[in-house]
Amino acid sequence: MQEDLKALCRDLRCDIMTAIGHLGVGHAGGSLSIVELLAVLYFKEMHIDPARPDMPGRDRFICSKGHAGPAVYAALARRGYFPRDLLMTLNQGGTSLPSHCDMLRTPGIDMTTGSLGQGFSCAVGVALGSRLAGDGATVYTVIGDGESQEGQIWEAAMLAGNKHLDNLIAFTDYNKLQIDDPVALINDIAPLGAKWRAFGWHVIEVEDGNDVDQVAQAVALAKRNRGSGKPTMVILHTVKGCGVSFIIERGCGNHNTKVTEEEARRAVAEIRGEA
Amino acid sequence: MEMRAVYAQCLGELMEQDEKICLLDADLSKASGTRGLYDRFPDRTFNCGIAEQNMASVAAGLASYGFKPWIESFAPFATRRICDQITLSIAYAGRNVKIVGTDPGITAELNGGTHMSFEDISVVRAIPGMVIFEPVDEVQLRAAMPVLNAYEGCLYLRLARKEMPRVFGDDYRFDLFRADTLREGSDVTVLTSGYPTADVLAVAEELAGEGLSCHVVNVHTIKPIDRETVVAAARKTGVAVTVENHNVIGGLHSAVLEALAHERIPVYAVGIEDRFGEVGKLPYLRQAMGLTPEHIKAVIKEAASAK
Repeated sequence: MQEDLKALCRDLRCDIMTAIGHLGVGHAGGSLSIVELLAVLYFKEMHIDPARPDMPGRDRFICSKGHAGPAVYAALARRGYFPRDLLMTLNQGGTSLPSHCDMLRTPGIDMTTGSLGQGFSCAVGVALGSRLAGDGATVYTVIGDGESQEGQIWEAAMLAGNKHLDNLIAFTDYNKLQIDDPVALINDIAPLGAKWRAFGWHVIEVEDGNDVDQVAQAVALAKRNRGSGKPTMVILHTVKGCGVSFIIERGCGNHNTKVTEEEARRAVAEIRGEA
Repeated sequence: MEMRAVYAQCLGELMEQDEKICLLDADLSKASGTRGLYDRFPDRTFNCGIAEQNMASVAAGLASYGFKPWIESFAPFATRRICDQITLSIAYAGRNVKIVGTDPGITAELNGGTHMSFEDISVVRAIPGMVIFEPVDEVQLRAAMPVLNAYEGCLYLRLARKEMPRVFGDDYRFDLFRADTLREGSDVTVLTSGYPTADVLAVAEELAGEGLSCHVVNVHTIKPIDRETVVAAARKTGVAVTVENHNVIGGLHSAVLEALAHERIPVYAVGIEDRFGEVGKLPYLRQAMGLTPEHIKAVIKEAASAK
């Protein structure tokens, strides 16, 4: 396992851009924005064993914003769930790494997601299951800010609050952009923290969700809420496309975007500080 | 006994034996007859409130933890309302979840058109891998419940809540994937499921007195349909009639047509003719929706004369 999380984040970003560049298109923006979160969870916090992806009692991670599959695959590969070469099959016919997360195809994926809002509900079910099983696991899940417009998110938020699921730690990837326009212009979700508090959740705001130290600190804090009778929402203020300037510049257009192999090489150079 | 009472009793017995079973509701446990299970099994019962979408995906999450969730609602809300959650969270993700839709078709009675599902089988049938089971009476339901629980996969139980006329005897042996031949006959094959089955048998008895011999098969599992039994039954008489408490588009009639696609056998339909429901008691609704014994009889006679 890699100790230097900052270096790891650079590696993950390179892997994401190389895989998407190899295919020519992909969900780059929302993959790059959650890299720090994945680094902290998979390489610091989660009780998991890559040799036993189905290990009972393991911590779970459910990527409710299922389109960030490329980021999760990069983390799983670096963590040792499968060889990194496999990333080059991303989203190609017959691959075990489809565009959206699929628990039946990919070792280490804890829930099939892609239809927005559902993964978060599933995470609530998993947290209920863990409590029922009494195995002490922590259930982590990340939802998108645009995804927070789905009514099902709030159905699940209400239930998790009322069921006192303090074994559930959720994150919002608050990168402020969705496909058509900025979130605030389409159907604003602000004030986000107040909403979650009103649903019976602890809320932790992370000013820079792409600063791995801030994310690590927030997760450590969230874990201390176990026993409080409340789930925790960590709002990560992030940048969609973080780490790759030409992806950031595409704004809302970077959700699912074309990336040539040449562009991927440029991205890697920028991430490595060679540009 | 009411079907819901039988269902709740059987589920309670199964929950005693199988600690993996969980029950989830969206504020209709009383309607489903299972309110008492919340007191008996407080840890494994979850009333999710009026939020069916969340209930379905939460069930998928529980299933991924090795639990065996059963989710309940009225048939339209257990199917068409949560079609995407069933499709992705449950079926596509390969989760072992049982979906119970109550008050199907005209048995919704006074809840009327908004609650009257003539499309639930059609919706669920289009989802890959789903099993659809519709019991006829309490004997069949009792026999089925342990089998449904033991079945690993996503299954839809289309359940009338009220008492249903007895069709099966105490010696009944249930096979989830085998249709039941209720009556041997030689002139017309009648394929039916759920609510109209008792009427079909009564009509077949009357017709026998008039010299017309009906071969009656209960297709309790509409998907996967027991093609072998259906094809053999249709070949035996050379003409078939389907009778169902569902739109004739997408339900039993369609499933039978698909099974008989390579047979040169005419198939007549009794069912809901592509319309919405409305309020009323069963006698009115049977009349309004073309599900009276008289209508069933007329269609069987028409089928016989067309041979």
